Amino acid sequence: MNSKPLSNFVLLFIAVMSLTLLTAFTAGAAELQSAPDFTLKSNSGENLRLEEQQGNVVIVNFWASWCAPCREELPHFDAMQKEYEDLGFTVLAVNVDEYPEKANNLLNDIPVSFPVLFDNLDKVSKLYDVRAMPTTVIIDRDGNKRLTHYGYKSGDEAKYKEVVKALLRE
Amino acid sequence: MKKQLLKYSMTGLIVSCVLFVSGCATSIEPWVKPYERDNLADPIMSANRNPVSSSYTMHAFQAREGARGAEGGAGGGCGCN
Amino acid sequence: MNPTKLVLFTLFPLLLVFSFNSTSAVLPQERADVMYHSYEGDGMSIDGPSVLVRKQIGNKVSVSANYYVDTISGASIDVLATASAYEEERTEHSVGVDFLHNKTLMNLNFTSSSENDFEARSVHFGISQDFFGDLTTLSMGYSKGWDEVGKRGDENFLEEAERQQFQFGLTQVLTKNMILGINFENISDEGYLNNPYRSVRYIDPTADRGYRFETEVYPNTRTSNAAAINLNYYLPYRASIYGEARIFSDTWGIDANTYKLGYIHTFGDNWILDLRVRQYQQGNADFYQDLFSRSAEFNFRARDKEMSSFKNTSIGLSVTYEYRFSQSSWLEKGTLNYELDHLRFQYDDFRNVLADAPVGEEPLFEFSANVTRLYVSFWY
Repeated sequence: MNSKPLSNFVLLFIAVMSLTLLTAFTAGAAELQSAPDFTLKSNSGENLRLEEQQGNVVIVNFWASWCAPCREELPHFDAMQKEYEDLGFTVLAVNVDEYPEKANNLLNDIPVSFPVLFDNLDKVSKLYDVRAMPTTVIIDRDGNKRLTHYGYKSGDEAKYKEVVKALLRE
Repeated sequence: MKKQLLKYSMTGLIVSCVLFVSGCATSIEPWVKPYERDNLADPIMSANRNPVSSSYTMHAFQAREGARGAEGGAGGGCGCN
Repeated sequence: MNPTKLVLFTLFPLLLVFSFNSTSAVLPQERADVMYHSYEGDGMSIDGPSVLVRKQIGNKVSVSANYYVDTISGASIDVLATASAYEEERTEHSVGVDFLHNKTLMNLNFTSSSENDFEARSVHFGISQDFFGDLTTLSMGYSKGWDEVGKRGDENFLEEAERQQFQFGLTQVLTKNMILGINFENISDEGYLNNPYRSVRYIDPTADRGYRFETEVYPNTRTSNAAAINLNYYLPYRASIYGEARIFSDTWGIDANTYKLGYIHTFGDNWILDLRVRQYQQGNADFYQDLFSRSAEFNFRARDKEMSSFKNTSIGLSVTYEYRFSQSSWLEKGTLNYELDHLRFQYDDFRNVLADAPVGEEPLFEFSANVTRLYVSFWY
């Protein structure tokens, strides 16, 4: 029929290569910005305010029951919570499910030792410009955002650990 | 006539896609935020929830009908990562 | 090269240069499916297994393999007109690899199908990109296939055909509850494109039946274009409705439309019900006729009912039971599924030659068929 198959394939190959070369990975911002304060209801029933945590290293993690990478991440955060809690550290897991019951069902199955906060009206998500699910923000003892990481892939928890350890030493 | 229509609408759509995306990409914020994708992430909204079954069914129709192609969707889902 | 393809291939990389950068997409979920499939209709009975296994390796790669068998027995109207019932088995193997790089998902697939009188191999390459805040997904695909056509009872018969397919798709999230999809596909074939067992009939007063059969003759090229649009809408009580419309046109003169409408309803956390209707309609190929006036009346001649004018109306239902395993288990989720589609084919210009009637006045053919799927799926 045609010599077109080869030229088609070459063009497609060029498309693929330009694709891979032009996509950039958006890493976390490194500017020193103060983490916006917020108050949300927690799974213990009480309201929890971010400012109360000043002096501790805090990981604010935005997650949802319908997000598979988010679910994968939770046990890693639980391990970090248990390991560093006594050194002045906590994870605050902000759940963005529209219906908090879905989050609670999941937590029955994956018990966690850190507070889970409910942002079902998405106010805090907007405040923190959540651009992907999950989003992890690591805040230092002075309340400044030191790392914002979008998404989760197996192995990212090692990166979080490194940053937390460095911040704990400050 | 129908072939011309298909060809032109195909080219037209692609051209408008490029213009739309290149013109607006950096200035318009996504109107559905990543944390608002509860419903879109539900498996019942998935275009191809059960690939083994849908590819078989598609084959069953295609083997007995003259038409072929352009079936099956892509994307949707949780938009995670 | 075809201007449309030129546009496709040069604009796509440009598109990406300007696209809004966000974070990456996800690989297809790991899963295994074991299915029993069955087709019963028009005197044919075709059933068998289909097994799929998909596994992720690291963060960027996912591999999959599929094993499929058709066990065929019986005889359709086409066969009964000129021959008798037969039995056959077709086996198909497919392996694929998906590769994720930031927002780009690429996949490569090899498929090989084998039966005693037909061998087919094909390769498919697909690429898809999420951008614009992950609200838009653009995908492109290319497939190439090679067929070897044989004929039972004729050892010297060996013909070949080649096929090329170009696919383009756009998925767009419209609102929190609605997704729109648009797909285009261009397919071109070359080589021996008819079925060696099909015959055309022509009027011959000297024959007992008043007509005789002779082999079909098809053009040795065919190019087709299809365009489809689909929509998925989420309903607040955890249900959804979906619809699809497709138009098709090819160089053989076949014009076809497909309309599909479905509704998914969930009961609690474990049960999913899917109800659907589909209407397919096609106009005959230029060289199709149920009855020709004489032998070799035209250069190209077909009587395969797939080339005729007909309607296929179908209704279907699916029931799924879903079970979520506890987090400590290596299995995430499992489903048990039953699906049934009931098809009704009604032909406008294909007659039932088995009926006792004057030549050319036999009743128009129609038949029903049931397509059944029973399968279990596991996610891990």
